[in-house]
Amino acid sequence: MLDKIGVGSIDDLFADIPASVRLQKEYDLPEAMSEEEIRAHFDALGAKNKQQVIFAGGGAYDHYTPSAIGALTSRSEFLTAYTPYQPEISQGTLQYIFEYQSHICELTGMDCTNASMYDGATAAVEALFMAVAQAKKKNRVLVSSTLNPAVLSVIDTYTKYKGIAVTLIPEADGRTDRAAMQAMLAEGDVAGVLVASPNYYGIIEDYTGFADDVHGAKALLIMQCDPSALAVLKTPAEWGADIACGDGQPLGIPLSFGGPYVGFLACKKELVRKLPGRIVGATKDVDGKRAFVLTLQAREQHIRREKANSNICSNQSLMALHITIYLALMGKQGLREVNEQSYAAAHYLHDELVKTGLFASAFPDAPFLKECALRTTLPVKALQAYLAEQGYMAGIALGDYREGMDDCILLCATERRTKEQIDELVKLVKSYEIL
Amino acid sequence: MSKVIEGIKYADSHEWVKVEGNIGLIGISDYAQHSLGDIVYVDLPSEGEEISKGEEFGAVESVKAASDLYSPVSGTIIEINSALEGEPELINQDAYENWLIKVELADPSELDSLLDAAEYEKVCE
Amino acid sequence: MKYYDKLIFEISRPGRVGYSLPKSALSNQQSAISIPENLLRETPAELPEVSELDVVRHYTNVSNKNFGVETGFYPLGSCTMKYNPKINEEMASHAAFKGLHPLQSADSVQGALAIYYHTARALSELTGLADFTLTPYAGAHGELTGLMVMRQYHLMRGEAQRTRVIVPDSAHGTNPASAAVCGLEIVEVKSTADGTVDTNDLKGLLDDTIAGIMMTNPNTLGIYETQVVEIARLVHEAGGLLYYDGANLNPMLGASRPGDMGFDIMHINLHKTFSTPHGGGGPGSGPVGVAAHLVDSLPNPRVVKGENGEFKIQDAVSACGRVATFMGNFGVVMRAYTYILSLGKDIKHVGPIATLNANYVKESLRDAYYLPIDTVCKHEFVFDGLADKSTGVTTLDIAKRLLDYGYHAPTIYFPLLFHQSIMIEPTETESKETLDDFIDIMHRVAEEAIADPGMVKSAPHTTPVRRLDETTAAKNPLLKYRDLA
Repeated sequence: MLDKIGVGSIDDLFADIPASVRLQKEYDLPEAMSEEEIRAHFDALGAKNKQQVIFAGGGAYDHYTPSAIGALTSRSEFLTAYTPYQPEISQGTLQYIFEYQSHICELTGMDCTNASMYDGATAAVEALFMAVAQAKKKNRVLVSSTLNPAVLSVIDTYTKYKGIAVTLIPEADGRTDRAAMQAMLAEGDVAGVLVASPNYYGIIEDYTGFADDVHGAKALLIMQCDPSALAVLKTPAEWGADIACGDGQPLGIPLSFGGPYVGFLACKKELVRKLPGRIVGATKDVDGKRAFVLTLQAREQHIRREKANSNICSNQSLMALHITIYLALMGKQGLREVNEQSYAAAHYLHDELVKTGLFASAFPDAPFLKECALRTTLPVKALQAYLAEQGYMAGIALGDYREGMDDCILLCATERRTKEQIDELVKLVKSYEIL
Repeated sequence: MSKVIEGIKYADSHEWVKVEGNIGLIGISDYAQHSLGDIVYVDLPSEGEEISKGEEFGAVESVKAASDLYSPVSGTIIEINSALEGEPELINQDAYENWLIKVELADPSELDSLLDAAEYEKVCE
Repeated sequence: MKYYDKLIFEISRPGRVGYSLPKSALSNQQSAISIPENLLRETPAELPEVSELDVVRHYTNVSNKNFGVETGFYPLGSCTMKYNPKINEEMASHAAFKGLHPLQSADSVQGALAIYYHTARALSELTGLADFTLTPYAGAHGELTGLMVMRQYHLMRGEAQRTRVIVPDSAHGTNPASAAVCGLEIVEVKSTADGTVDTNDLKGLLDDTIAGIMMTNPNTLGIYETQVVEIARLVHEAGGLLYYDGANLNPMLGASRPGDMGFDIMHINLHKTFSTPHGGGGPGSGPVGVAAHLVDSLPNPRVVKGENGEFKIQDAVSACGRVATFMGNFGVVMRAYTYILSLGKDIKHVGPIATLNANYVKESLRDAYYLPIDTVCKHEFVFDGLADKSTGVTTLDIAKRLLDYGYHAPTIYFPLLFHQSIMIEPTETESKETLDDFIDIMHRVAEEAIADPGMVKSAPHTTPVRRLDETTAAKNPLLKYRDLA
């Protein structure tokens, strides 16, 4: 090979690197490990994690993952493929993205969606950017304070650098304050409004009239949703929203310490040219055979460069495949059952805790599905630490994120939580009180 | 070789303007449609919007390219060519027959700074 | 099922199910969902109704229409399509990490935090930078995060006027797009004839409005920027920072470190250099590394080591902000960590072998393809179409013909410096035999272009589908199953 190239050594191929920046030392790294050593190393690290029974959500939900998903997503034809820029040999990827898009539109009721985003928070940011791009000359957005605080933080970061003004709509009794929003809209400079369903507290807010308020101010309504819950809850389209966004994790993606998950972003037809990221469309090949292809590429960064609405290049393709297979396996009936069982588990947990006399609803009478905020007379952090010792992750301490909620805990139960686990948790809570 | 026609004014960003009274019809040149290839979408502004000379007012897209549109004149947009919504390929068929927007000219003297056919032909070389 | 062409929705039959949930003791007590009617969905979502076997067979057949690294060779310039070792996958699905909730207390996830911490340490050692955040999800996300760090640094120093960033005209589209999302104005610096940054042009652009410059090294033509030390001096003297786009980091392993070259900020594509799979477009991972003076500006949260050796998750007020819901694509980080452990110190051989392979392919094909820049390359190089310009066969045709021979196409029409760019990057994981086979096929395609140009121009002929009508797809977008009806 060196003869062909016409050099004496591999080192000669690096002769152009100035001596002052040529690596002169050995890397300070361990010796190469064999597979057996690597397994032992991961086993040792894994032993330092404490496996817990999860009674928390906050943006990541412990739903069941059917066995067939891993078997299929680990097929190397999916796993090791590049982005489907050569459609003739990428119909596998392109077809499942088309199916993914069909599922997301079905769940949200929207007309179009892209091939997926990084996560729910970045999808929300991109939705706001779409609204600002659509409005052309307006540069302010309203965001409900009932959103997940991590999502709010990401929005704050992105908009700060991009130069978009964000105003938080205050909450009233755990819900978006509509009157406050109306007053803000009346100022006339709002491009978009972002709300959540269910919101951070797990409350299913009633957005009746919101779309009219927002559209009346020539702004777009954006709704962040839990896609699993959309099997039963009113869809963003039914609420009159223009854009839907969220995280696909609740659709059977394991908790995996926060990632990889997948964001989704869907919209009305009129907004498709403002939708960022890859999009797959159906077409035909020269023989007239149905086929799929990346389309509407003139929106994207590789063509528009600094004029593109977004810098996103990739998608979370394999995770989009994961939820596509999940939705195929669960189907119409299964996704409904997931919601019913989660509802039953979460309400049983809520009721049993309230029965102890140590807990009360933070927002009485607020409808919820699988997650709810409770006030307690017990010290939240100490209780959580005690339960963690017993192998339970008992919710999220709301005081870490919200003013005046030091005595509140955000608890969650999915279909994976059994009656026995809930009874045991409640028993432990009672035993803590005696301690 | 792309076509340049007489009797209209051109901008070096490849838009043309045809003046009828105080109204200017604005389109893109044959050279521009040729460089883009099959046009699949035309993004146009709304009627009633004010634009100034040199301002971006929309974009023309083909499968693998996008080109922003810059107004050669200042004025108010009084009409957009809605036929292009469903049939953007009309521009490929005849770039000079198929205008994009109609503008009520705010300052007809701006036309003097635009190129005539001979000058524009040199830009395309 | 060679001709399988169904969508999952087309094999749906009412009442069929493919899942298995236990009969819950609780559902019996709390029968249905009791939520006010006006909050419930009006029309049900038409999800498929299929059995598990339907699903497994469907996606197996769908997968057969795909090409992956395990199917064949990917000479795909700028994408570093190296082999993805199986042990990476095994470790990424380790049971002790799968069930961890991202908001669990730090003391209950010490194993996971150790992986974050040690991966960041290894990346620092390999790049000569002080610290890394592993949160960014992809290369473009890393670029944006890195630019946020850059702006935050200037803001904290009271230099809010530094809002312009210099980007070479040959840069990947994400560079200017990321800069724009970060609120920065783009200033293009010219390239010289060999595609490297024109330092004279650069000098004229530097003033106190410049936040920094974004570069790759080696650049997009696979050429090492020999002026890098001088560029770093110029930009730093003008008060700017240097951003290193890690897309081309692979050949630098064992050769040269961005931190030593003078770069202050960089991102790494773990899915390129650190062998994690591309997954058909993601998930990837784009860690961002910074020099010591920028560590405080890295995004929240950060993983740090406490006095007693325990790992902590920390937020800092000086941070540029938060860029993800949790801490990024942890599963991808696990794979990259496994790769680093597998190679250890020997990772130094990666860059030299990748460079050897690229130069070998370049020299073996330059008789048949036009080599516009004749110099030693690093991990990749660019041809400007066929050497014989009389055939009418374009780069696109060559790319499509390669598909017939069971190869993925090279990167085509990028960089934009040439009209018929064919960008080839073989990576270090391919053997000489694989490269020789590829070289033979490339020669054969060049001969076919002369002998039978019509056949090459209508390629591919043997793929699951042939050339597609992309114009109609863009003109009349059909983006979901319901649109097909």
